[in-house]
Amino acid sequence: MDTSFRLFPDQASTVAPRVDALYFFLIGMSVFFTVLIAGLIVLFALRYRRGSKADRTLGHGHMWAEAVWIGVPLVISMVIFVWAAKLYFFMVRPPADAMEINVVAKQWMWKFQHPQGNREIDNLHVPAGRPVKLRMISQDVIHSFFVPAFRTKQDVIPGRYTTTWFEATQLGEFHLFCAEYCGTNHSLMKGRVTVMAPADYQAWLGGTTLGEPPAVAGQRLFEQLRCASCHQAAAGVATRGPPLEGLFGQQVPLVNGQKVLADDDYLRESILKPRAKVVAGFQPIMPTFEGQVSEEGLMNLIAYIKSLGPQGAKP
Amino acid sequence: MSIAVEPQPAPAVPKQPPPRNYLNTSYTVASWLLTTDHKRVGLLYLFAITFFFMIGGAAAVLFRLDLMTPEADLVETETYNKLFTLHGVMMIFFFLVPSIPAVLGNFVLPLQLGARDLAFPKLNLLSWYVFMVGGIFTVYVMLSGGVDTGWTFYTPYSSTYSNTYVMITATGIFITGFSSILTGLNFIVTIHTMRAPGLTWFRLPLFVWSLYATSLIMVLGTPVLAVAILLVALERGLGIGIFDPALGGDPILFQHLFWFYSHPAVYIMVLPGMGVISELVATFSRKEVFGYKFVAFASMAIAVFGFLVWGHHMFVSSQSAYAGLIFSLLSFVVAIPSAIKVFNWTATLYKGQISLQTPLLYSAGFIGLFTLGGLTGLFLASIALDVHVHDTYFVVAHFHYIMVGGTVMAYLGGIHYWWPKITGRMYPEGWARLSAVLIFIGFNLTFFPQFILGYLGMPRRYHVYAEEFQVLNVMSSAGASILGIGYLFPLGYLLWSLRYGAKAPANPWGAKTLEWTIPSPPPTENFTHTPVVHGGPYDFADEQPEHGLNPLVTRSAPV
Repeated sequence: MDTSFRLFPDQASTVAPRVDALYFFLIGMSVFFTVLIAGLIVLFALRYRRGSKADRTLGHGHMWAEAVWIGVPLVISMVIFVWAAKLYFFMVRPPADAMEINVVAKQWMWKFQHPQGNREIDNLHVPAGRPVKLRMISQDVIHSFFVPAFRTKQDVIPGRYTTTWFEATQLGEFHLFCAEYCGTNHSLMKGRVTVMAPADYQAWLGGTTLGEPPAVAGQRLFEQLRCASCHQAAAGVATRGPPLEGLFGQQVPLVNGQKVLADDDYLRESILKPRAKVVAGFQPIMPTFEGQVSEEGLMNLIAYIKSLGPQGAKP
Repeated sequence: MSIAVEPQPAPAVPKQPPPRNYLNTSYTVASWLLTTDHKRVGLLYLFAITFFFMIGGAAAVLFRLDLMTPEADLVETETYNKLFTLHGVMMIFFFLVPSIPAVLGNFVLPLQLGARDLAFPKLNLLSWYVFMVGGIFTVYVMLSGGVDTGWTFYTPYSSTYSNTYVMITATGIFITGFSSILTGLNFIVTIHTMRAPGLTWFRLPLFVWSLYATSLIMVLGTPVLAVAILLVALERGLGIGIFDPALGGDPILFQHLFWFYSHPAVYIMVLPGMGVISELVATFSRKEVFGYKFVAFASMAIAVFGFLVWGHHMFVSSQSAYAGLIFSLLSFVVAIPSAIKVFNWTATLYKGQISLQTPLLYSAGFIGLFTLGGLTGLFLASIALDVHVHDTYFVVAHFHYIMVGGTVMAYLGGIHYWWPKITGRMYPEGWARLSAVLIFIGFNLTFFPQFILGYLGMPRRYHVYAEEFQVLNVMSSAGASILGIGYLFPLGYLLWSLRYGAKAPANPWGAKTLEWTIPSPPPTENFTHTPVVHGGPYDFADEQPEHGLNPLVTRSAPV
């Protein structure tokens, strides 16, 4: 990693130059107004120093002046607001074809799992030119995933999934920092993102110990925990639990008449706190699995449930 | 051993006893500790917050020294974490929040209103005692045991994971909050009910307007901080799940509660500073503040909109993107009243009779640094850009530009401006100008590099950092040493002036507000006659060359 002195960070993602463009616009504006105000103060202090012979007859136009310096900043700030907001919505919406990497943070390390099952700690290898979506959760306190060269930051929270995405454009190694203070060794909770050419990434995947892909590990866990005894329909027999095929992404009707979107957080909650949202037509009989499944295990189970196609179709 | 004592020659002429004032009326300890005189209470606050400032400053000296190298070498990491927490807690809750309101506000507000005291003098003394109980308690805990959560106390780290003295420190802050609420209440009632005859709302000095806006935030915001602290206590002490998801809580809820107070608290800290600057700019350019009503209403607008922007601290917290959008928009809106003030102060200088005395130097410093601090606030309000700079040194630099470049500059400017009134002595102008310039240079050298560090990606609260950040950190530490020396100067020469400074006349600056119509230092009862006000606070239009009595004020019958 290049550790030489510099005044400006690497631009290593698709979003970085777009954030920097906004940054430079704001710098330009700040320099203009700071020089204007500081210049006027100095100019007035010299020209109108006490006893100087400068003309001091005041004109009119109070309201006109006020209108200008309320109106101009308002217009400029609204332009910046819209610019930043549009860019932000680009930054928070991962492309549909993004490769998904699971991230579990804990005091004071980062654990990553690639779609093929490879796991790594504190180091993250990613291919260049391909959107990468991170699904992240913390095992303890709040952390924050921060890669300055990508202009990417997202808090990683216990009890709830957060996501972020990036598309790396520059090969090399870049800092990964934890940005949210998380206890004694906060400043040591750092790592490295290695951006590789896609072919090199494939070779790297093959060269490391392959784990099971999350959905496969999830299926094993699904069987081990005997989830199927309630959630799998035998022909002609009503199941005790709602069927899971094709569930992900659907609106689920609840016993209280509300509907909820079956997303990662819903599935996680339903495994750990089954009685929080009971599906219409079912009894609250599912036991909790809190304390029995790790965060990685939960991510795998969810990956498996996602992999289940519509009822009848083979996963 | 014997000591020879030389006989003192008797004075040839018996001295006239000096006129009675609030300082020489009694010298006993009890007369200070049991005083209900707002002027003495203001001084009690001055001693207290100077002490707390030095503790917070000492912590900063230690960690800036440590940050000269990328490794953890001077102190252990746990100590480092306790030091930045100590610095934040001391400077925010025990220095910046009370600084201008409780010291200068206490002293000046009744004088500017033509009142004998605040509306509730005993409550005022009680506020100080509450403040001291909370302050000494917190200092003791933080120095003997320490807390490592940062001044933000984010959950679930603070409520479940930290093994330091979180609860007992939070108790200190909780107690101190009541002092803030009581002061705010006292000021609001005072401004409503104690104004001299003729002193209508639009004849009030702008310092009074800013204190009024500040007091509203103190009264409405501080209870929410108390609630947040109480909930952390319930979770940490009794295991009731509120914030920790392991107990069924929501960690983000704490951030909402915390910032609902702590963002407006930024305005508690900077609004009074803006009020001071309005006074100083008017007096030292001998001109009415340009756009008086705009400046006054800008204070109120900041107080109101300041309550609606807390979510801009949470753009990457997992808060909904649409909520983020609204908070971003409102954050741009709240910048407008600040811009209005900056432009109006600058316009006040235009065609004035400017004298570059120390208070004006501090004012000019304030306007410049506050402008830069405010503009970098727009970077943070820009939601896409905040994603990158959130929780980095960019944020650290931004709020030090506002809090130190703004509030501390205004506080020092105000201290110099009212020093003759408070003590009856003039400070040495040469030394004061020198230290104002030193502080300005030291400040910029300390904090400007931190903007660059932040954009490079150095996270805040990092004891160990990447090597490429070292040069800028060394610059920052070097600047901090200049800043530190700059702060020691006023401490020295202001104390010196108590004995050797020139005697101050009633109105050394030729200012037009009511506090300058009475002797320096003022008598205990402030005004022997209730003043009747006939004009605005900055009416320099038809002024006489010599600084005499204010023609805009007459005296009513003795009271």
